[in-house]
Amino acid sequence: MSDATHTSLMAQSAHTRRRNQAEKRFRAYGLAAIALGLTFLVVLLSTIFYNGVGSFQQSFVNVPVYLDPAKLDKKGNRDIADIKKVSTFAYAPLVQKGLFALIEAHGIETELKKPKDMKKLLSASSTAQVRDYVISNPGQIGETVTFRLLASSRVDGYIKGRVKRADVARDKNINVAQLDLSDAFIKAGVISKEFNLGFITGADASESRPEQAGIGVSMLGSFFMMLVVLGLSLPIGVAASIYLEEFASKNRLTDVIEVNISNLAAVPSIVFGILGLAVFIQFMHLPQSAPLVGGLVLTLMTLPTIIISTRASLKAVPPSIRDAALGIGASKMQTVFHHVLPLAMPGILTGTIIGLAQALGETAPLLLIGMVGYIATNPPDGLASGFLDPNSAMPAQIYEWAKRADPAYYERAWGGIIILLVFLLTMNLIAILLRRRFERRW
Amino acid sequence: MSASKSTTSALAILALSATTAIARDNVQIAGSSTVLPYASIVAEAFGENFDGPTPVVESGGSSAGLKRFCEGVGENTIDIANASRKIREKEIKACAEAGVTEIIEVRIGYDGIVFASQINGPAFTEFSQSDLFNALSPQVVVDGKLIDNPYQKWSDFNADLPDVEIATFIPGTKHGTREVFEEKVLVQGCKDTGAYDLLLAVAEGDSEKAKKKAAKKACYHVRTDGKSVDIDGDYTETLARIDSNKNGIGVFGLAFYENNTDTLKVATMGDIEPTTESIASGEYPVSRPLFFYIKKAHIGVIPGLKDYAEFFVSDEVAGPDGPLAEYGLVSDPELEATQTSVANETLLTGM
Repeated sequence: MSDATHTSLMAQSAHTRRRNQAEKRFRAYGLAAIALGLTFLVVLLSTIFYNGVGSFQQSFVNVPVYLDPAKLDKKGNRDIADIKKVSTFAYAPLVQKGLFALIEAHGIETELKKPKDMKKLLSASSTAQVRDYVISNPGQIGETVTFRLLASSRVDGYIKGRVKRADVARDKNINVAQLDLSDAFIKAGVISKEFNLGFITGADASESRPEQAGIGVSMLGSFFMMLVVLGLSLPIGVAASIYLEEFASKNRLTDVIEVNISNLAAVPSIVFGILGLAVFIQFMHLPQSAPLVGGLVLTLMTLPTIIISTRASLKAVPPSIRDAALGIGASKMQTVFHHVLPLAMPGILTGTIIGLAQALGETAPLLLIGMVGYIATNPPDGLASGFLDPNSAMPAQIYEWAKRADPAYYERAWGGIIILLVFLLTMNLIAILLRRRFERRW
Repeated sequence: MSASKSTTSALAILALSATTAIARDNVQIAGSSTVLPYASIVAEAFGENFDGPTPVVESGGSSAGLKRFCEGVGENTIDIANASRKIREKEIKACAEAGVTEIIEVRIGYDGIVFASQINGPAFTEFSQSDLFNALSPQVVVDGKLIDNPYQKWSDFNADLPDVEIATFIPGTKHGTREVFEEKVLVQGCKDTGAYDLLLAVAEGDSEKAKKKAAKKACYHVRTDGKSVDIDGDYTETLARIDSNKNGIGVFGLAFYENNTDTLKVATMGDIEPTTESIASGEYPVSRPLFFYIKKAHIGVIPGLKDYAEFFVSDEVAGPDGPLAEYGLVSDPELEATQTSVANETLLTGM
């Protein structure tokens, strides 16, 4: 110190420079971390979008079908019971004839001569579509009706660019001649790609017809599950938090409860699935795969989240409010319900919505209670059936599709993820808006 | 607020369901994930052609399905169990103890198990059971002696095979497919390479039969040094592994392979190419029958149960031109016998 060289205050000493550099480095690390996170987010979102956007469009074929009375109504009496006896298999030749008629009408040259060759162009659902029409309009038998039928998943994949010409050589589900014919049909305007409402509203389909599969029924399953979660976890969670926060005395017992609630929030969700299987299905004999059971399991999972966020927002209400209410003679309960709870409501609702969003995207506990099952054309008919009939849920449906053999289902799985993400984003947005608008700060 | 309304309705339904049993009008099915696609194709067509609701099909594996099937009789239990293997003695006994004494067995067709690799990968086009045994077993025969498997590359034991590291992805032990793989590939290879005889000589057991059993069991073992990986998930997981490993060989069902011919190429087994024809004729050695089991006590109680079973085995559905064959099932040459036994509700014998 004594013989220190006098340095200018304007020039930085070596120590200061090191400190400043350290700060600069730290900032750079932070920026890099954010940039990395953003890159991952962009890659993730663009992958999801790129892979899934195809499922929102579907190829349709407009086929005129002659509803041959000789095949559909052999007795000629238009009796609905007799018409119902004709199975979908008998409709296949009629639809195939319709395609040949189209080939002739548009003057398309093709080496495909056998009716069976036409089968691979159309979805297996086409015969059922025609049969349903005939059953509800028996008067149309003998007429030629133009149907808008789903193209098979391979033709659809070809139009979307998923199925490549070079790859079909060993594919027994489609051949090059059929692709040529599809090209000619597209040119003639017979096959067209349209918005696929069926994907959003429709039911799941079997492995042989991915073109028909939709997420609608499992969306309803998720909806009914969320009703159960909301209906149970909100009142139970809020009641528990109010009691713990406002009424219970602080002693060892409440401490234990508090610690346990925090621990429960961290329990892996699959544990709740096993619990649900043991208690709700094996002990209480509630129906397997029902949204009611799914909702109960998810309620268990959501409760700790709701309790923790509710307690936090109750705590955030300043004690002066309580004191003022008590001071003018309100009872403890009046204080809570007239003054504290309304002020804490935005926080409680935000916590609830975030808890619901978490439950909506949960798959693991649903695996164990049988909600990963194949559910076909059975949308629930009514409130009770919605809760009790077997159904799937959106994340379970996506998982199911991702497992299936046909690559067309892969696209469907990504499409399902897009829909699920839209739901989650909407719910989170509502939570943010609620907080922004109604939350008060002191 | 609507929250209170939904609360009351949820609680009302909860109370309702806890007290009364729910009448069921749909067929419930669970079991093998191999049979699942076929069962769901049939269920879908059944829903289209009959007035009742579409049957509910769940997967979970043959053993899990049969376990649920054997839980007892009643609306809370499933009506049909799908299985990629025959029901075991033990399971029949468990069923009988729970009151499920009358079971109808239905064989729906055959499923081939194929070995496939990346389409652009090395030329894995021909295998014999011995090749796979040499690649996978922890102990192999070299110069007439059983030693720890020294092979690192396929070409180490068969010059015709590519000169690349061994990497195989086989189904895990909870799959029915694994059993077929052990029986039809490993044991056969074990016998062909002479390892079985050597194992038999050192096998421990009280009787000749016990010794043979022990030797056969020893043939099931798979090396644990990472050259062979058990896949506990579905074929899609195996496909993902193959996609990321050019030298990998995976085990798939024929139907799965046929749906993914753009990324996979299949290998022959003992010079036989796996096709529906070669599997139906029994030439291709690695195949297995697929079954479903019906609870007879539920016929007449659960509407549509018998209709579903008859529809499943009808010529239009399970025949060689039906949708099941189209998806990859090898249809049963003796389908007619199955149809009669379903129509007559012939019970599983030996109960």
